[in-house]
Amino acid sequence: MATAALTTLDPRSRAAARGWSDITIRNLFIIPTILFLIVFNIFPLIYSLGYSFTDFRASTNAAANFVGLQNYRELLNDPYIWNNFAVTAKYVIVSVVGQVVVGFGTAMLLNRDIPFKGLLTTLLLLPMMLSMAVVGLFWKLLYDPSFGIINYVLGLGNFEWVGNADMALYAVALTDIWMWSPFVMLLSLAGLSAVPKHLYEAAAIDRAGSFYTFFRITLPLVAPILMIAIIFRTMEAFKTFDLAYVLSTQPTTEVISIRLYKMAFQEWQTGRSCALAYIVLIMVLAITNIYVKYLNKVKER
Amino acid sequence: MRKKLTGILAGIGLSLAYSTSAFAQELTIFWAEWDPANYLQELVNQYEAETGVKVTVETTPWSDFQTKAFTEFNAKGSAYDMVVGDSQWLGAASEAGHYVDLTQFVKDNKVLDTMAPATVKFYSEYPGNSGKYWSIPTEGDAVGWSYRKDWFEDPKEMEAFKAKYGYDLAPPKTWKELTDIAEFFHRPDQKRYGIAVYTQNQYDGMAMGVENALFSYGAELGDFSTYQVEGIVNSDKAVAALENYRKLVEFTPPGWTNAFFVENNQAITENLAAMSMNYFAFFPALVNEASNPNAKSTGFFANPAGPGGDQFAALGGQGISIVSYSQNQEEAFKFLQWFIKDETQKKWAELGGYTCNKAVLESAEFQNATPYNKAFYETMFKVKDFWAVPEYAELLTQLNQRVYPYIVNGEGTAKETLDALAADWTGTFKKYGRLK
Repeated sequence: MATAALTTLDPRSRAAARGWSDITIRNLFIIPTILFLIVFNIFPLIYSLGYSFTDFRASTNAAANFVGLQNYRELLNDPYIWNNFAVTAKYVIVSVVGQVVVGFGTAMLLNRDIPFKGLLTTLLLLPMMLSMAVVGLFWKLLYDPSFGIINYVLGLGNFEWVGNADMALYAVALTDIWMWSPFVMLLSLAGLSAVPKHLYEAAAIDRAGSFYTFFRITLPLVAPILMIAIIFRTMEAFKTFDLAYVLSTQPTTEVISIRLYKMAFQEWQTGRSCALAYIVLIMVLAITNIYVKYLNKVKER
Repeated sequence: MRKKLTGILAGIGLSLAYSTSAFAQELTIFWAEWDPANYLQELVNQYEAETGVKVTVETTPWSDFQTKAFTEFNAKGSAYDMVVGDSQWLGAASEAGHYVDLTQFVKDNKVLDTMAPATVKFYSEYPGNSGKYWSIPTEGDAVGWSYRKDWFEDPKEMEAFKAKYGYDLAPPKTWKELTDIAEFFHRPDQKRYGIAVYTQNQYDGMAMGVENALFSYGAELGDFSTYQVEGIVNSDKAVAALENYRKLVEFTPPGWTNAFFVENNQAITENLAAMSMNYFAFFPALVNEASNPNAKSTGFFANPAGPGGDQFAALGGQGISIVSYSQNQEEAFKFLQWFIKDETQKKWAELGGYTCNKAVLESAEFQNATPYNKAFYETMFKVKDFWAVPEYAELLTQLNQRVYPYIVNGEGTAKETLDALAADWTGTFKKYGRLK
C-alpha cells in the first residue's frame, strides 16, 4: 500500500541508471533518521529505565546494584518530592492560564485592520526569541527590590517579588507569561484569521451579540489550534528549569526539574534520578493523552 | 618530482616525530574559569621557559566545572593530566580511583612543613585524619568580610554607636559585635542595610555562610572520623550559632534570599550594606575602582570569634591533583615538585594567586601587598570545611532543605531545624554504610 503511493522513478534518472529502485531511495532517506532516533532517543530511554532499578552513581566506578523498586518507593515517600510536584502543578496552571488569556486576548486585538499590524506582531514576538537564562537574569534585575525598575515604576517600595516565599512562584510564572504569551498569540492569530468571514456576517444579520458571537463562532473554531498551543505550553511549563533556577531559590519555586537536576548532576544519584525522570515522564504522558483525547473530540465537532 | 615527493615525506616524518615528542612534553591542567586560572597560566608559562614542557590551563565556567570534570573522570579520559578540584571532591574522586595517591610525594617533599597545616588537612587529606593525601594546596580561599570604612569612620556614626552600645565602632572582633554593628547600620528608611550574608539555597551557597557562625561558636558539623552527627550538629552551640545567623539575615537588604558571591560584592558596590561576607578570591574586584566605586573606602577583616573565643572560617579554594588516567604522570610529578618550591609559591602570590605556603603567607611583603592579604593570612590558619565524603552533595541538599526555611523565612526554631538535619544526615551516613 505504501509503495503504491510512491511515484515511480524516472527511467532516465541517474538513480535508475545505478539500478536503484524507489524503495531503495525511500530507505536511504528514512534509515538514517530511524538509526539516529534509536541511538540517541530510544536506546538511552530503555537503558535509563534499567538504571532506575539500581543504585548506580555515574561519579564512581563502583558497579550498579539491583535494588528493585526501592528508588521509586523512596521517591514517592519523600515529602520534599511531593512539594516539588505541588509547586510544579501550581506553576503549570498559573503560567498556562496566564499565557492563554494574554496570548488569545492579544490575538483578538490584532485580528482586525489596524495600521502597522505586521510590525506590531513582529515586535510582540520578540520575548520568545530570547534565551531563557538571559530572560531569567534580566528579570531578576527588574524584580530587584533595591534597584529594580518594576518597583520603581509601580511605586511598590521594597516589595520582594522573587524573595518572598508566597510571591516568588507567581513572579516566575509572570516572567514565563511575558515570554511565551506571544507563542499562544501567534497560533491563535492563525486560527482567528482562518475563521470564515461569512459566519460573522450571518451572525450580524441575525443580530447576535458580540458575547454570543465569540462563544458560538470564534472560540469553537479556534479551539483545536488553541488546544495545540496549550499542549505545547503545558509540556514546556511542566519541565521548566532555567527561569525558576535563575530567579529564586525559595523552596516554593523548586519545580521538579530543578530537583531532578540537583539529584542527577550535583549529587550524582544516577539511578534514583532516572527513576524520578520516569515518574515525570509518565505524568507528562498522562496529561498529554488527556489533552489529545479532548483535542480529537473538539476536532470532531 | 621524486625529489619533491621525498621532501614531502621527510616533512611529514619530521612533523610526526616532532609531534610525538611534543606530546610527551605537554601537560594540561583543568580548572574553573576565573581570574586565578589566568594567573596560573602566567605562572606555568615560566615553567615552560625553564624546562621546555608546555603547560596549558584549560577552563570551564564554574556552573559546569564539577559536572565536566566528573564526566571526564567517569569516562577515564586522559584529556587532563591534573585538575585543580574543589576540596569536597576528595572523597568522590579518591574512592573512585580518579586521583593518584600523593601520600608518598607529600612525605618526600615535606609538603606538610611548607604549607599552612589547615590547608593540607582540607585540600589534601581524605578520609579525615587518615594520613592519606590526594592533592597539593593550590588556591587557598576562605570566607572573609569586607566593610565600608567611610561609614565606620564617620565621627557622627562613631559617637552614636558608642552611646548606644557602650564601646567603640570598629571592625568587629566577635560575632556579638558583628551583630550589633549590623543592627546599628540597618536603616531601611535610608536604603542602607546592616549586612550581607550568603542565603542561596543551591549547592554550597548558604552552607558556606552558615559554617562561619557554626565553627566560630565552637560547634562542628559532626565527627569526621566516625561520622557521628547526632548531638554534634544539633549541639547547643550550633543552635546558638544558627540563631545568630538568622538574626543577621534580618539586617540584610530587602529580598536577600538568593545571595551568594555575586550579590555579596554588589552589596558593597551598590551602597547597600555596611559589611559583607565573601570569599577572599572575590576581593580583588572590591579594591579595583573600575568594578567598585567605593574601592577607596572598602576595608576587610577576618571572620570574628564566637562567644567562646573560637575563631574559624569556612574554607573555599582548591588543591591540584594528578588524574589517574593521565598518560604523563611522571611529568606531572615533576611539575608539582616545581610548583611547591618556595620561589614558585612566592611568584604565584605576586601574580595574584592565593598561596598556601606558610613562609610566603607569614612574610610582611605578602601581608602588605593588598588591603585584604593580612585578613587572608589570619584566616588561612583557622579554616574548617564541609564533609568531603562522596555523598557530600546529598548532605548539602539536606542542609539546604532544612536550614533555608528557618534562616530566610523564619519557619520553626533553630533547635527543630538542626535536630531534623541531624536525623537526615544520620540516615544518609547509614545508607552509605558509614554509620551502623
